[in-house]
Amino acid sequence: MPVVAPLLLSALMFSCGVYGVLARRHGVMLLIAVELMITAANLNLIVFSQLLHNAIGNIVALFIIAVTAAEVGIGIAIVMLLYRQRGTVAVDEMRLMKW
Amino acid sequence: MALPTIAFWMLAAFTAVTAIFTVTTRNVVHSALGLSAALIGAAALFILFGAQFVGLAQILIYVGAVVILFMFGIMLTGTSIRPVVDNDQRVMAALVAVAVFIVLAAGILTSFGGRKVRFDVAFPTVAIGHALFTTWVLPFEAVSILLLAALVGAIVLARRD
Repeated sequence: MPVVAPLLLSALMFSCGVYGVLARRHGVMLLIAVELMITAANLNLIVFSQLLHNAIGNIVALFIIAVTAAEVGIGIAIVMLLYRQRGTVAVDEMRLMKW
Repeated sequence: MALPTIAFWMLAAFTAVTAIFTVTTRNVVHSALGLSAALIGAAALFILFGAQFVGLAQILIYVGAVVILFMFGIMLTGTSIRPVVDNDQRVMAALVAVAVFIVLAAGILTSFGGRKVRFDVAFPTVAIGHALFTTWVLPFEAVSILLLAALVGAIVLARRD
């Protein structure tokens, strides 16, 4: 099978994530789009691991999964904090660092 | 066509459709569920490409924990009813996303145009674990410290006081 097929699928997933980050207002949906981009990067790592017969891609993908879990925990906590303080999760209404 | 190739195309179509659904649906809960479907498709692709442990870890961590966390975030902020979904730069965002895809596809096609990948090497959990606890033990410990710090940080941020 040509190796470009999974790589193009990964590029498509990454582009979906870019569209989601740019077009969404809801804080949780931004995080969902970021997850799509990270999974696209992981798919690339796994495919190159298979292409080059090398396990390093698998191990780096595991680390990325762990770091993503930490990122999502912090991100959801920040979204809930913003909702509690300002009553909305729309990210384009958060214009001020402090007020 | 060989069986893995057929499986790849079916899983690729499933993953692509669910990924597009995830970023275009107007409902927040549907978006989270579409993400879990896309991540399951990606995990099946990982297993197909020989990364069994990474695929199962993906299902356990992403689908089991991260999507549930998203669901908690959606339900606790009570915003699944009010439409705060998209902003007014959707057309520009779609243009940027298409441009990103074209640039990536051009780079991929010129760099890897003729190469073939086979499904012939598996990376068993034993090999992954052995590498993880010998060569990669220092990054492993750093990641565990990071997870602990993220746990404490999330509690400190979300606590009512």
